[in-house]
Amino acid sequence: MLMFRELEFKMAKSSTSDAQALFRSLRSAYAATPTNLKIIDLYVVYAITTAVIQVVYMGIVGSFPFNSFLAGVLSCLGTAVLAVCLRIQVNKENKEFKDLPPERAFADFVLCNLVLHLVVMNFLG
Amino acid sequence: MVPNHGSIGLRALICALLSICAAASIRPISDAHRSAALDLFVPSGGLFQSLEETYEALRTFQILGVGNFSDIGPATCPVIIDNLTSPASSPKDLFDAIRVNSILECQIGSQTFKDVAEKFQDLIKSTDKLMNFYYSILGLLHVKAQGVSVVLPDAEGVFYSIKALSQNDGRWQYDSNNAESSTCAAGIALEALAGVVSLADIELVQSKIGTIKHDIVKLFDSINSYDDGTLYFEEKHIDGSEYKGPLATTASVVRGASAFAAIVSEKLNIPGDKLVGIAKFLLSVGVPSSTKDLFNQIDSLSHIENNRISIPLILSLPSTVLSLTSKDQLEVEVTTVFGSAAPPLTVNLVRASSSDVKNNPILENQELQFDTEKNVHYLDILPLKIDIGKYTLEFEISLHDPENLNTYATGGHAHSLIFLTGLVKVDKSQIGIYDTDSESSASMLKLDFFKDDKISLVANHLQKLHLSFQLFTPLGNTIKPHQAFLKLRHESKVEHIFALESSSRQYKIILDFLALVEKFYYLSGRYDIELAVGDAAMENSFLHVLGYIDLDLPEPPERASRPPSLSVDPYARFGPKQEISHIFRAPETRPPKELSLAFLAFTLVPLGGFVIGLLTLGVNLKSFPSSSVHALFSLLFHAGIAAILLLYVLFWLKLDLFTTLKVLGLIGVFLIFVGHRTLSCLASTSAGKVKTN
Repeated sequence: MLMFRELEFKMAKSSTSDAQALFRSLRSAYAATPTNLKIIDLYVVYAITTAVIQVVYMGIVGSFPFNSFLAGVLSCLGTAVLAVCLRIQVNKENKEFKDLPPERAFADFVLCNLVLHLVVMNFLG
Repeated sequence: MVPNHGSIGLRALICALLSICAAASIRPISDAHRSAALDLFVPSGGLFQSLEETYEALRTFQILGVGNFSDIGPATCPVIIDNLTSPASSPKDLFDAIRVNSILECQIGSQTFKDVAEKFQDLIKSTDKLMNFYYSILGLLHVKAQGVSVVLPDAEGVFYSIKALSQNDGRWQYDSNNAESSTCAAGIALEALAGVVSLADIELVQSKIGTIKHDIVKLFDSINSYDDGTLYFEEKHIDGSEYKGPLATTASVVRGASAFAAIVSEKLNIPGDKLVGIAKFLLSVGVPSSTKDLFNQIDSLSHIENNRISIPLILSLPSTVLSLTSKDQLEVEVTTVFGSAAPPLTVNLVRASSSDVKNNPILENQELQFDTEKNVHYLDILPLKIDIGKYTLEFEISLHDPENLNTYATGGHAHSLIFLTGLVKVDKSQIGIYDTDSESSASMLKLDFFKDDKISLVANHLQKLHLSFQLFTPLGNTIKPHQAFLKLRHESKVEHIFALESSSRQYKIILDFLALVEKFYYLSGRYDIELAVGDAAMENSFLHVLGYIDLDLPEPPERASRPPSLSVDPYARFGPKQEISHIFRAPETRPPKELSLAFLAFTLVPLGGFVIGLLTLGVNLKSFPSSSVHALFSLLFHAGIAAILLLYVLFWLKLDLFTTLKVLGLIGVFLIFVGHRTLSCLASTSAGKVKTN
């Protein structure tokens, strides 16, 4: 019985320590990514956070001007998606987009954002 | 007070019939026309609206013998002199001024007249329009009447020019461009031609005058007629801008024809009956209510009265409703259109027939006697034993002196409509209630409509009401009146009206309450009984409340129709309507302002977090190009993006999509160019770095 308990304790400890080890390895791996990818990741996090805040607000006050709510959320999500696409294209480890110059990908990002925000502004009302 | 429908209906019927009589009978010009002339032609401060109206007023007053010229003269003469001397006056103004002057006789020097005559003569030489010829020729006639000698140059040429505008059917054109012919223009042309003949100093060839006489006869052939024998002229082509009705057109033709008839040596070949028809038409207008109509009527009638062809004699009845009770006589007047005495003649009543029974005439060939004091022809109808009713009379006039037939026109047979009224006797009137099965043993109450006692009856729905009476004329015949109604009115003001049936001798009605239960809406209670009997020829038409009846009807079943609700005052529909309360969608609840602003701030927090994160990552601007050209392009690139974002903000705030797209297109082209340069130089720099690496 005691052995069982000790085993449990060890397993729990190991599971938590496993989680901690996993987390630490992720962090260290992430530190190795280039800065520009980190900027893009930060941007994505920012966009998603803004979207979440808007959803929370809508949850509180109700969705009366629904088009405005959709415009706001779509703007955040859309720009987040475009940033993810940019990250994919700019990432040097990605063999698929080896021949695509990152400036070109950035230009596409800017253009798509501008078109997205034109539509969003029209829908904002 | 609720209007009594029956009595109003009776009165309205009688008034309508009498007014129809009055319209059908024609009366000569009388004091009614004189007072109408004074009422219609009212100068303000001695002046009328225009010189044309001044002429119309003065001529009407002159013919009717009314009106005071003393205040019109001093105010109008200056206007006349002004018109005659001003060089800018049109031919119409000159013409109006000169003909008003011929009535008012203002103090005008003969030099003015000579100048005016010269203007008219110049106009005659230069124009080819009918109206200009008319104004100048008649103007010259008026100038000649002032004692100034005028010469009509080339009278034959003028005659030809006017004749050239005539058409085949006797009508004339206004000028050679206007293809439509007009009857009014024919009258004007005839007056102008008559003026030419009187102004010409040489005798015009008789054949020319003969063609004009032929034209007049053709014009009179195109005359229109109404059913009652009146004749009138009308325009065939109706010009929308200036429509002249039959009165104005007939007046114009009469003026022209009588002016022409006055200057030719032999009589025009126009049958006198046509003149009588035209005179009847002009008189049938009655008393016109507009100044132009009154002038046209009076002026043309005065031409008819004094014309050389034949003077019409008008037969008229001073009163078309004769009462047997007051022993009226049938009176007939024969006068000229202005009421002047006619030559000695006899009036013969050719036929009198009842309007209802058209075939058998009641009277034939009765000669009327002449009362020299009252100047009427009369017939005593009481001894002739004519019953009450409506009759059509046909008269014939025969002149005593056959020579007068050349001067006067009697116009064949004259028709007239009269009403003979009298008291109608009601006899054997009775009312009663009886059961369905015992019809014969009904206990009937005798009624007397002209006494005040009211009867009271009681009935239930299984019984019947019987009402009957007989009507007799003063001569003892039975009469079928125009109206015989029985009305039952409930206490709640619901009314039911029944028409009485007439059999050979009596009027009766039987109300079967069993069949009428549903019609009465199952309303039990007291009903007032009213009887209305009326006829146009009945002097004592009546509406009597006979009494009341207490009806006991069964209870209404579930599905019975409800009685109509009390009728609202019919004038209430013109009052304000009910207030409409609109139902709007309730506006959405909005969050409080502070909450919204708080969340706005909260939304901007992640942006701050982003900036802080960037700084933490150690973001730098080292790659910003240093060489000025590339730096410029980079700056412009960022500026372009900022401009587009600003444009989006403006688009949200106030611009519309089309403007935005236009501007976006412009900035976008710029941005593409700049961005391409920036990114390509960036790419080349980084490629160079990679290569060196």
